[in-house]
Amino acid sequence: MRMGTVTIASIVIGAIWGAIWMVVVGILLMLVTGITTSPPVAIAAVAGALAGGTCLFVEPEKRRKQRLIPLLALVAAALILTLSGLAPFGASLSGNVVQQLIALIVLAAILASSIYFCMDGFAAGAARRYRLELLLIRVLKGLAFVVFTVVVVLPFYVMVMTSLKSQQSLLSNPLDFSINVSQGFESLFRSYFELFTQYHFGTFLLNSAIVSVITVFITLFFAVPGAYAVARLRFPGQAFLSRSILLIYMVPAIVLVIPLYAVFSQAGLRNSLTGLLIVYPATTIPVALYMLQGYFRGLPAELEEAGLMDGLSRVGVIAKITMPLSLPALASVALYVFMIAWNEFLFAFMFLDDLDMFTLSRGVVSLNSSEVPRQHLMAGAVIATVPVLAIFLWFEKFLVAGLTAGSVKG
Amino acid sequence: MGALARREQRLAYTMLLPTFLVVFGVVLIPLLANFWISFKPVQLGDLRAATMLANEQLRPRPKVAGESVVLRYRIRNSSQQDPISGVTMRDALPFGLSLNLSDERCSLNENELFCDFGSIAAGGRFNLEIPATVDQNYLDSGERPRDSKAVFTGNSRNVLTSSEFTLDNFRRIFASDEFWAVLRVSLYYTIFGTLGALVLGLFAAQILNTAFKGRNVLRGLFLFPYVAPVIAVAFAWVLLLDAGPGGTLNAMLMQMGTIDGPVNFLGQRYIPISIFGFTINFPMALTTVIAFEAWRYFPLSFLFILARMQSISTDMYEAAEIDGATPLQQFWYLSLPQLLGILSVLFLLRFIWTFNKFDDIFLLTGGAAGTRTLTVDVYEQAFAVSNLGAGAAVAVVVFFVLLFFALIFFKFSPQDDG
Repeated sequence: MRMGTVTIASIVIGAIWGAIWMVVVGILLMLVTGITTSPPVAIAAVAGALAGGTCLFVEPEKRRKQRLIPLLALVAAALILTLSGLAPFGASLSGNVVQQLIALIVLAAILASSIYFCMDGFAAGAARRYRLELLLIRVLKGLAFVVFTVVVVLPFYVMVMTSLKSQQSLLSNPLDFSINVSQGFESLFRSYFELFTQYHFGTFLLNSAIVSVITVFITLFFAVPGAYAVARLRFPGQAFLSRSILLIYMVPAIVLVIPLYAVFSQAGLRNSLTGLLIVYPATTIPVALYMLQGYFRGLPAELEEAGLMDGLSRVGVIAKITMPLSLPALASVALYVFMIAWNEFLFAFMFLDDLDMFTLSRGVVSLNSSEVPRQHLMAGAVIATVPVLAIFLWFEKFLVAGLTAGSVKG
Repeated sequence: MGALARREQRLAYTMLLPTFLVVFGVVLIPLLANFWISFKPVQLGDLRAATMLANEQLRPRPKVAGESVVLRYRIRNSSQQDPISGVTMRDALPFGLSLNLSDERCSLNENELFCDFGSIAAGGRFNLEIPATVDQNYLDSGERPRDSKAVFTGNSRNVLTSSEFTLDNFRRIFASDEFWAVLRVSLYYTIFGTLGALVLGLFAAQILNTAFKGRNVLRGLFLFPYVAPVIAVAFAWVLLLDAGPGGTLNAMLMQMGTIDGPVNFLGQRYIPISIFGFTINFPMALTTVIAFEAWRYFPLSFLFILARMQSISTDMYEAAEIDGATPLQQFWYLSLPQLLGILSVLFLLRFIWTFNKFDDIFLLTGGAAGTRTLTVDVYEQAFAVSNLGAGAAVAVVVFFVLLFFALIFFKFSPQDDG
């Protein structure tokens, strides 16, 4: 094998992937099975480096034919096993042989694939700057994939798994998220049952649904005519309005909360869903109006003019021509508004005192006390998250369109 | 102007009117009201206006018809600070109870008692006793004096509407040492939180820019932090970062041998870190909340940057490819300039929204351990210390700092892409 920049790069890349995947797989093994691992990162790096070097012994064109991935995986697995003294994840093999061997096979396979794809098309020896940068970008992208996925998923994983465990077992070993499936459905989801039977979560869920859905309808009812006027009708102040409507959104909620609290307290609106139904639409109407007017402007004006020629009134044109054409935009605005109202925390927290009035946001906060076990808090978080994530995944395309159309709020 | 144009104009105003009213009532008027409150010596308790309370009793308890009894009202002003003027009381009497009314403050109309007490001092209390007799109807009906509540009217001073103004709120907040620290923390949080979210979003957009299997799944996954409710993800982070037994991340790092003892990510103001012999005080809790901010809002910048990148034509890259530009050069000299517009717009919007952010820090640390921003301070002053006026004064500061940044941004922001 010729020495050169690519050769060195291949060895370094192998070492990096070895270390990264050892950490990820080792911790995953610990979280899933509860085996106390202490991943031997250095050993995995050495094994990865040797596998990276091995890769270059085969010409790039022949790698697929010679089944290089299994070969590299075998090399890596054998090296890790021998170097670690038959304790591939820093824990003795006895007892959990099957799980540890499966994890080792997975580790070796992804390590080998990572090296294979990074070095795809590169032969041993030296390379020019262009090719080296290509290599660098491949590695960085691969690392970014792993890091982003882990960082995004980890909190959600902890949230779901904690809700299924008991406080005692979590305190004794916080890394053991293994789920004992044999305990039965009822005992596994005990926290959820208790939240619904003892902590009024049925009411909270219903309140959240009522508030969010009504907010969506009120918002659309106000924003559709407003957006149409800004987009299509000529009147003094039109240009100013279409640009400044988003400024309303820059007003921080915390500045509004004190006066609204004072007025609502004296008017008896504070501890009621009606109070929320006054505040929520006021915060969502401007952004809905902004998103919709952008969409209305994109619709061909000729269609509406034809409608006007044929004797329809403006209102008739809106109802019979514009609205049916804007269904996708209406859907994405509705979803976006639903999301804002469902997730809203500040006003719900400030205004609601009665258990019967709590929305989910307010309800979950009330679980955050030392008297309520953690799995209940996390089960509450899951209950609040699942509906909005389900809706998001179901209508992802609409929501993404809505988010990008509005250049919107946080 | 033709009749048609005028009609169109009228229609437009009609269609916009509801939106105007809502925005006026719930955004603009409260904004002005906040200024008003910031000049008032108003405490949280003042929101409960002074009222009159009465407790009525018939003594002794009548047992036979014709018995003489006394109808007694114990009356008091609920407020210890504010007198009430023009107090009147109205109460319906039970059937079969007849009063021997001699008190000139009171009069009887059918079976309704009406009294005019004039002014009652703060914390004032007195008894109104009226001799009375009962007949058989009273004993039979079972209706008792307490069954109808005495209704009061009267005027008390309402601190919110009075003409009493003060600068104490502003004097108080500017005089405290804490205020400047809070302002500084706000700026750090806003600047680094915004930059963090932008940089993460830029990276995420880079790795998802090329098509591959499973890209849509990953794109959906990357949006989770933004779509999930803030309470859920904030508490998940609190548990994940817990320094006590049961904290997942600390246990993980200790298992890996990265740290010796648990790190209190959210509860420790400074952690001494020594680099090359120098010891610096690393602001731990502040860094953690900034990381949370970047984690939660990178999806938004990611979406916009990705959308912009996919609209860049590929011709340019092909030309650069032929000219021998390396991948990093292509990114630096082609992609970045193309993205500059959207990046600056995102920076502007995210900067303002991060500055406005309250929920995240409030749920993660409650403003403890050197993470108190101006918005959290509004809550602390108004509702934890119960000084509404001071809270409103901090809110005024928030508003003006925001206005200052908004003006700077709009002056220097690029005209396209907006």
